[in-house]
Amino acid sequence: MALWASTGLATLLVLAILLVILVDVVRHGTARLTLGFLTQSPTDGMTAGGIFPAIFGTVALVLLMTIAALPAGVATAIYLHEYASPTSRATRVVRIAVNNLAGVPSIVFGLFGLGFFVQFAGGSIDKLFFGGEKVYGQPALIWAALTMAVLTLPVVVVATEEALSAVSRDVRLASAALGATKFQTITRVVLPQAVPGILTGAILSISRGAGEVAPILFTGAAYFLPTLPHTPHDQFMQLGYHVYVLATQSPDVDATRPLLYATVLVLLILTFALNASAIVVRSHMRKRLSGTSS
Amino acid sequence: MNTQAALATDKEILGSVRVQGLVVYYGDKRALGPVDMMIPGKQVTALIGPSGCGKSTFLRSLNRMNEMVIGCRVEGDVRLNDEPIYGSGVDAVAVRRRIGMVFQKSNPFPKSIFDNVAYGLRIGGLTDRSELGGRVEQALKHSALWEEVKDRLHESALGLSGGQQQRLCIARALAVAPDVILMDEPASALDPIATAHIEELIHELARDYTVVIVTHNMQQAARVSHNTAFFYMGDLIEFDRTESIFTKPKQPKTEDYITGRFG
Repeated sequence: MALWASTGLATLLVLAILLVILVDVVRHGTARLTLGFLTQSPTDGMTAGGIFPAIFGTVALVLLMTIAALPAGVATAIYLHEYASPTSRATRVVRIAVNNLAGVPSIVFGLFGLGFFVQFAGGSIDKLFFGGEKVYGQPALIWAALTMAVLTLPVVVVATEEALSAVSRDVRLASAALGATKFQTITRVVLPQAVPGILTGAILSISRGAGEVAPILFTGAAYFLPTLPHTPHDQFMQLGYHVYVLATQSPDVDATRPLLYATVLVLLILTFALNASAIVVRSHMRKRLSGTSS
Repeated sequence: MNTQAALATDKEILGSVRVQGLVVYYGDKRALGPVDMMIPGKQVTALIGPSGCGKSTFLRSLNRMNEMVIGCRVEGDVRLNDEPIYGSGVDAVAVRRRIGMVFQKSNPFPKSIFDNVAYGLRIGGLTDRSELGGRVEQALKHSALWEEVKDRLHESALGLSGGQQQRLCIARALAVAPDVILMDEPASALDPIATAHIEELIHELARDYTVVIVTHNMQQAARVSHNTAFFYMGDLIEFDRTESIFTKPKQPKTEDYITGRFG
């Protein structure tokens, strides 16, 4: 009885916290949430106008991040799960590294990105191809995306490995007994069955990436930009960072507060929409898997 | 045992499997052998014996599926049509295309009926649609499943009954036109009617294929096979025509087993 009551109470508490946040954000945010807000740039020292550059920057960041993290993460997981000997020292070291990567505070990733990507990689590119002129050797969209990719890599690796272990040994044996090579078995039987799990990992990492601010502070996010990023070596505005800017850097806090609420609402909707799409995609893939032929 | 010579007539060389000095280890432990055996072509050979006697290990070493088991090591010589199956120049993948396998638990892929049967052909590089269609139809007819599934080829294989799924797995193995089909207790998870279907099918298959079947069910061995091999504690005790094994076994161990004194 006591357990029933205390666990129920805890559940209610969690729901109440979520509800308070949602109600507060929706109540204050909807007033300014117009089409213009979504499609215009900030104006008048960020006390008016919209957040389109921040939405654009977030989407671009997340897309580049996924392009970088997904293949590397899936390939790592396939190697670890299908090829590497589970008892070898190298496999254990890689596994420990992946797990520890997941535990590193995100601001540390930001500093790593600044040191490794911006200064070392970017600086080297500039020295080699641009005669020392600063093109890639400064905070930019591409470096922020790569930093974010390193941050979300463990999520992709772990989700993919779980999806791979869920594929039964029976179908692997069936494939091998039909004269399939290991590679054919992986690409034609194992991976198709693992796709829903892999997608879940991908979308979870995307929704995490969409909300993270610390890794991009030093690697590419800008306070305000008059134009959208045109190349990967441009800086960009981002929703999470924009919230921070509006909340702390505005000369007129009262004037920006409605904008702040509306921005937070957009960020929440974006994250929820990503999670919802993950669920839809997954159930669709599940249906296709148990279903008919190509 | 000098039964091999009597069994191997010229006609039976095609599709025959000759096993010489086969020993299988799991880690340091000897699980099987040494076994010498001449499995005649285009006949059904049943492998019987109590659990753990090595009959499934023997079966899996005929198409090198033992290599999928960690810690498993095989010594000796196995030849199909007098060509070696083990050895440095032989690819296990190529061997398995000539010696197919059906498992105890039916294991269709979560794909359509058509895609299941076409799987082996596609991984072998066949892409021509009409030829694929023809070979799939032929394999399904061969496994006596065609009439039941011809209108739902593109529906999921997982929607079939247990017995149908097992016949689909047989069709899938037949589609790549192997010489030999290995079956590891293919009917043990099925009801009597589905079992009867499978047994009838096994009998039919022996016209074109060499069939080696592991079974726990001695009546089944007696019903479907031409030859029977009795394994006990990792050794081949006796191998002969099925009627000889069941009516006048030469080894006392065999007699004890088939009369139900142990096992």
